[in-house]
Amino acid sequence: MAFWRSKKNQDDEVPQSKSTASNDAGNEIRPVDVQTTASQSGATSTEGSSKSSGPQSKSGSGGLFSKMRGALSKTRQALNTDIRDLFKAEGRLVDDKFLKELFSRLIRTDMGVASAEAIRDDVAQRLRARVVSLEEVLETITEQTQSMLIQESTGLQYAESGPTVILVVGVNGSGKTTSIGKLAHHLHQSGQKVVLGAGDTFRAAAVEQLTVWAGRIGCEIVTGKPEADPASVAYQTVDRALSIDADVAIIDTAGRLQTQTNLMQQLEKIRRVVEKKIDTAPHEVLLVLDATAGQNAISQARGFSDAAGCTGIVLAKLDGSAKGGVILPIREQFQLPVKFVGLGESIDDIAAFDAAAFAKALFAP
Amino acid sequence: MFESLSDGLQSAFKSLSGKGKLTESNMREGLDIVQTAMLEADVSYQVVQDFMAHVSERALGKRVLLSLRPHEELVSIVHSELISILGPVDPSLHLKKEGPTIIMLCGLQGSGKTTTCGKLAQLLKEENIKPLLVAADLQRPAAIDQLHVIGKQLGVPVYSDKENKNPVKVCQAGVEKAKAEDARVVILDTAGRLAIDKELMAELQRIDKRVGPDQVYLVVDGMTGQDAVNSAGAFNEALELDGVVMTKLDGDARGGALLSVKHVTGVPIKFIGTGEHFDALEPFRPEGMAGRILQMGDMVAAAREAHRIVDEKEREELEAKMASGDFTLDDFKSMMEKVAKPGLMGKMMGLMPGMGQFKDVLESDEAAGGIRQTIGAINSMTMAERKNPKEIDAQRRTRIAKGAGVQTPVVSQLIKQFEVMKPLMQGMAGKGAGDRMKMMQQLQSSGAMNDPNMQGMKMKKGSGKRLSPSERAKQKREREKLVRKMKRNRK
Repeated sequence: MAFWRSKKNQDDEVPQSKSTASNDAGNEIRPVDVQTTASQSGATSTEGSSKSSGPQSKSGSGGLFSKMRGALSKTRQALNTDIRDLFKAEGRLVDDKFLKELFSRLIRTDMGVASAEAIRDDVAQRLRARVVSLEEVLETITEQTQSMLIQESTGLQYAESGPTVILVVGVNGSGKTTSIGKLAHHLHQSGQKVVLGAGDTFRAAAVEQLTVWAGRIGCEIVTGKPEADPASVAYQTVDRALSIDADVAIIDTAGRLQTQTNLMQQLEKIRRVVEKKIDTAPHEVLLVLDATAGQNAISQARGFSDAAGCTGIVLAKLDGSAKGGVILPIREQFQLPVKFVGLGESIDDIAAFDAAAFAKALFAP
Repeated sequence: MFESLSDGLQSAFKSLSGKGKLTESNMREGLDIVQTAMLEADVSYQVVQDFMAHVSERALGKRVLLSLRPHEELVSIVHSELISILGPVDPSLHLKKEGPTIIMLCGLQGSGKTTTCGKLAQLLKEENIKPLLVAADLQRPAAIDQLHVIGKQLGVPVYSDKENKNPVKVCQAGVEKAKAEDARVVILDTAGRLAIDKELMAELQRIDKRVGPDQVYLVVDGMTGQDAVNSAGAFNEALELDGVVMTKLDGDARGGALLSVKHVTGVPIKFIGTGEHFDALEPFRPEGMAGRILQMGDMVAAAREAHRIVDEKEREELEAKMASGDFTLDDFKSMMEKVAKPGLMGKMMGLMPGMGQFKDVLESDEAAGGIRQTIGAINSMTMAERKNPKEIDAQRRTRIAKGAGVQTPVVSQLIKQFEVMKPLMQGMAGKGAGDRMKMMQQLQSSGAMNDPNMQGMKMKKGSGKRLSPSERAKQKREREKLVRKMKRNRK
């Protein structure tokens, strides 16, 4: 609440209006002003702190829009009267130019037009013709996004008994094999026995690529012949995992575009085959999304969820300048949580998804 | 969102059909829709702003011709503006007359550099030019192996040095080898890197400086979002780019990032990658891309897709039959069977201008059922009947309908439809593939594009069968739904 802290400006003002301004921060309804003006207590610093601990709206469920509305009620409380705006040292008038700038900031995150418009329109509805600071509005949006993204379960879902089977799917070049290598390493480090299945029998040297990873990690890998049926590799992988009593089996698949119907059917087949071996498998189907991807990622989430029943997302390549905001509409539409983020090419560059850090980076300039 | 830009524009301009000029106020809503369409296509925000300013300047005060609707006028302005920005076309590799021409590919991880390497090699091979591939990606595990496998598949030599960890040295050695072996083109496959990774960008600059590639191409993933501006900008700053290759455009990504990249770099777009196979590299066509970004469909791509599903020999046979009028219901059946592949029809419709709205209808179970019925009906005919449907009388019709388990009118409709179609097909056949492509292109440029709903052409829309009342009702519901949706969106 930067504008409340601007003591200098307020000191210049007539005492009467100063207290009106500061007291209003804590109270919402106007008649209260009369009371507090009479008492004339003008401790600006305490007012500021009481503001920040003041009532905050918490909406439990609902879409992005309603949540955003809830979030902005905080800003609304702080900005109940236009008169107070007069005493702000910083801040800008919420006009078309302001909204346009906000919109451009939102669009830049790749969250898509619909989400960005919802947020912009809400800000417009509540704050038009008021003086606020763009950064502060963004801060509120960040907080809200964060609370939306904090999910019930971000960890992997393990099988109740026997090996946990993880199927990894995604479009070409999204970073499946690298993510698998890093994920396997992560699990291996935490003391789990991992088996990899080189199910990408299509792309040249994909099997070799995963074999290199397996060597680095020191885990077992099941490979088929080039051009072999990926479903058979998946079957063998699960088989192997069962026989050596592994904790986790991670199956790689060839990159495919969600529009390639026959290849998507192949994924269904892989699923079926794995299911034959272990009833509850695959326990996780992770969709690897490239953080640089734009709105097509929504189509990817749809296509892969339909064919393979995705249970979570690995957001790869988040170490670049891309923000990966497209996971917001994906989360809205498909309830797909992000489980891991990829942050580079070396073996340790994977981390569990951190909603706070992600939201913060999303709206950072 | 709207199924296509033109649907949205049409509703925005409903009130000013065929009158007056385009003014700032009456265009605003339309321009907003254009802007949304472009943002949805992942064109970067700043680029969209510049573009919109440009378009509105051009459109302002333009008289709306009586023959055109305002939305058509605006679409055509947007479309032609897009084409002019995306152009000019320059698919040439600018090979040097003497000595090897060095082409360097760079880009982010997973953008498709190595695959593009193979595709370029295939292209050169087809022109009897000997390429040499150099595996300079020393980062990703097995990237060298991947290039070797590709080289083997194509029968193209690959230079690599697994011992050497310095990509500059590897590239230099590769070029030396090309000179020794008399290869005319050297393609350097560099490692994928982040635009913000200063160290790796500096490495790329070192390769550029020491090896001196003649052509530097940036490979961009067609699905890239807003970040395209940043990454392309960084690559363009570090290197002097000569061209752009956009990959993975065989999916449903609209590829708006290309506009951002073009805007930032200003270099020509050379090729687009449209599949995993080595021949799936096409010279860039701004017309097709503009249609794609605006979701107006792409006739040429639709024609190509049609070609892809029917193999060449089959197609020739079919064509000969069409031309001679020997086309029978049996051939019709086999065509239908091809078309009935799941998802295909919808894709084709999505590619065709103005047909986007039929996409969902055609992908429905009802439509698939319709095709199944048609195939079933033909299956129930005798060979003689299939050859000569004229001899199918009422009695035979009943028999066929019974055999196929359909209503008699389905059979009658099928026969009628076939009779109408036959002469049309005869007309279409007999022209070479090139001619037809030209025909399609002409169709595209002659205003079929600007009239996305094909109102100008008195042609039956639809799946190739007549719509039953229930289907018509369904389509009507769809349309109304769309209108409601648009209304909601506008609020």
